[in-house]
Amino acid sequence: MTGAEVANALFVATILIYAGAMFAYAVEYAFDKRAPKRAKQLASVGTAGADAPDDPVAAEAPISPAAARGAGRLGLILTFLGTAALATSIVTRVIHTGRWPWGNMFEYTVGVALAGMVTWLILVSRGSVPRRLGLFATFAVTMVLGTSVRVYTEAGPLVPALDSYWIVIHVTAAIASSGILLIGCVFAILHLLKRRYDRQVSDGKPVRFPLNVAERLPDATALERMTFKIHVFAFPLLTFGIIAGSVWAHLAWGRYWAWDPKEVWAFIAWVVYAAYLHARVSGRSAKANAPWIAILGYAVMLFNLTAVNLVFDGLHSYAGV
Amino acid sequence: MTATLAPPPRSKPKPAKRLRAFGRRWWHQLTAMRTALLLLLALALAAIPGSTFPQRSISAPDVAAYYDQHPDLAPWLDRVWAFDVYTSPWFSAIYLLLMVSLVGCILPRLGLHWKALRAKVPDAPRRMSILPYHRTLAVEANQSLARAVLKQRRWRTTVREAEDGTVTISAEKGQLRETGNLLFHSSVIFMLVGVALGSLMSWYGNRILSEDKSYCNNLQQYDEYGLGAWVDETGLPQFCVTLDDFDAEFTNGGPTAYDAAISYEAAGEEGEYALEVNHPLNIDGTNVFLIGHGYTPVVTYTDRYGQTQTLHQEFLAMDAAMNSEGAFKFPDANVDPATGTVDENAEVGFDAVFVPTFDDSTAMLLGTNPELENPVLALTAYTGDLGLADGRPESVYAINEAQIASGNLEQVNDEVEVIGVGDSMTLPDGSSLTFDGVEQYAVLQVRHDPGGPVVLAGAILLLGGLLPALAVRRRRFWIRWNPDGTVETAGLNRNDYDGLDEECDELTAAIAPGHEPPQASSSDESIGSQQ
Ligand code: HEM
Repeated sequence: MTGAEVANALFVATILIYAGAMFAYAVEYAFDKRAPKRAKQLASVGTAGADAPDDPVAAEAPISPAAARGAGRLGLILTFLGTAALATSIVTRVIHTGRWPWGNMFEYTVGVALAGMVTWLILVSRGSVPRRLGLFATFAVTMVLGTSVRVYTEAGPLVPALDSYWIVIHVTAAIASSGILLIGCVFAILHLLKRRYDRQVSDGKPVRFPLNVAERLPDATALERMTFKIHVFAFPLLTFGIIAGSVWAHLAWGRYWAWDPKEVWAFIAWVVYAAYLHARVSGRSAKANAPWIAILGYAVMLFNLTAVNLVFDGLHSYAGV
Repeated sequence: MTATLAPPPRSKPKPAKRLRAFGRRWWHQLTAMRTALLLLLALALAAIPGSTFPQRSISAPDVAAYYDQHPDLAPWLDRVWAFDVYTSPWFSAIYLLLMVSLVGCILPRLGLHWKALRAKVPDAPRRMSILPYHRTLAVEANQSLARAVLKQRRWRTTVREAEDGTVTISAEKGQLRETGNLLFHSSVIFMLVGVALGSLMSWYGNRILSEDKSYCNNLQQYDEYGLGAWVDETGLPQFCVTLDDFDAEFTNGGPTAYDAAISYEAAGEEGEYALEVNHPLNIDGTNVFLIGHGYTPVVTYTDRYGQTQTLHQEFLAMDAAMNSEGAFKFPDANVDPATGTVDENAEVGFDAVFVPTFDDSTAMLLGTNPELENPVLALTAYTGDLGLADGRPESVYAINEAQIASGNLEQVNDEVEVIGVGDSMTLPDGSSLTFDGVEQYAVLQVRHDPGGPVVLAGAILLLGGLLPALAVRRRRFWIRWNPDGTVETAGLNRNDYDGLDEECDELTAAIAPGHEPPQASSSDESIGSQQ
């Protein structure tokens, strides 16, 4: 097997392992009835001891809460495994091509997936988020990986404009911030779901599928704060990535900013995220809309990552695929 | 606008006063956070058309092509500045409003922050138990130890002694957050000033330069250039550049490196430089960039009388495989050496496609490999009047279509003739064109932008302000010795963050050794607190 084949095999393995992890998390999410409905304890998951299933519904469930938590632990192990496989796949590509691994859109997308998952694993390891929410993180990351397959490109050499150490600085910052923001976007969506769910419940309306999935989400306020924290962390990184990009543009193309489509959409994303940070401090109704702005921000990031390369004709067109 | 206001009836307030109230209301509105939010979103929205329509500032030919494709729509789009989005009145209006809003936001806050930095830390409320963090100590606490601890941890403190013997130390930390925030917002303006300076004081020129050719820095010698409003074209720095050698490296049919060996002469000094993409040459603050390359076929035309002329003609690449197009024009050909008279229809021109790697095993003319492996020229010859004499500027890369259409130029061969290096194409009149070989050219961009470093400095300040603006936590802490001998501590968050209780408990323990922080209650702040 050549390096490229090994890298591809590991890539496929990653997707399969993540799919397994997703399933395991789904079991924990659905059947660990111990996650109670009272707000204070919503987050207490994964602690040993005192796990008597006193909930009658849980007692009837086909999978006991203890088994469900076992599934969650398996899910976490699989997530670590899959992430290791993904990282190894990237390293194998680096060895095979003898260059930095962010040379085309496929590699960029895979990098975003890795950054997103690493962010998630750090959050879980620090105990900042409950393990069972890994269901949503693995889902989002697997979707990103699935998309990347559509733009798969054979690992080849870099075009001269990319042959610079600025690729390490600029693209790594862009990938890392996109990965972190992906997780931020997941939290924004979860917050909105839970908020909607809470409103339905307090209005006494029945909650149907798929909204009833939100029952087991943590407290809506807590989700919103987590969303904010992730964005606060990622925003300076995004800013830095854009600044580094324009320094590089100066060296490679002779100008630091010329409203190339990629630059336009990076600017838009940055401004939208700045709007998000403002919305959060400008009064209650703006704050309520802030998660939507965050989601809009990610939509712009995704658009910039995919459509701008494929649709518009710009200097960044080496990334055409 | 005041002129249009009718004189008000006597009973109403004076116009000046009304105007001031009106102005104040609008100023308030404009500098409100919500307005900033809306303007930011509007700016994002307004930037979009710049990526969907070709922009003159980036590529005027693309705009012209758009005009050709959409002859009805294009003039309308042009009327709303769709091809000049970033200099359009509506885009400018949004960002100028945003800047005004920003200044209106920063100035008062600068004043307030300046005062806050020197003001005393506010006292705690009488009933400290209303604060989010509050403890009544069961042990003694020493005042000088408390001060030392707070000082050592860089809290800003104010001590107050009340008449009844109450002593309160008020402490505050995290002013850097607001400092960072103000720095961040100011640097947005700073960067914009840099951009404005750049557009007024910068200039650039693009020059296609074949191997062994030289040119000097003045506008006539550039293929394309742009000057800022404050740039004096006679004041451009003096230097000359020669392209000694150009080398393109390929791996698996893709370019991996371009190297342009250049020598230059500036202010009596001579130098050599290996110019590469990403490695500009700096001559006294003016940068020379390598931004492209191409092929220069060399041909010799031998006319009916046996006179020869050699042309080195740069061709423009049409695709990534460097299939290129261009033209060879010989307006002075076919002069009878005996009589000195020019035959009618004597001018000769060739429309040509240059293919770096021609594959004769397929029917395709265009190649897929940008390397020079089997270069050919595909030629169409024309004789007649090339149309150069009328003085109108015209493309050196194509034969004048209008001359062909008007019948002044006649196409000689019906089928395109493909010749390799060393081969010739012979015309019916006995003259011939020989493909001598291929050279390369580099596309150089020379740019001087004094605004660039200002923008970069602004960007670094912006990042330097952003980090504390987001990461620093503002909080206050109080410790009070009551006349009845009890000691209380309290803490307050000035911005939303986790861990106030933990920090204050730790601080209390440091001030009052022996104080046992209560078992950490399961706080509902974090979604993940595991216990
Ligand atoms: C070019 C336009 C602007 C950009 C890119 C921008 C960006 C930002 C960013 C990224 C933050 C987050 C930093 C922090 O939370 O401290 C922020 C905060 C803030 N901005 Fe702006 N801003 C802009 C214009 C304005 C304007 C016009 C105002 C005034 C109306 C304003 C008022 C504020 C305030 C008060 C905060 C602090 C929020 C807090 O309490 O944390 N900004 N801005």
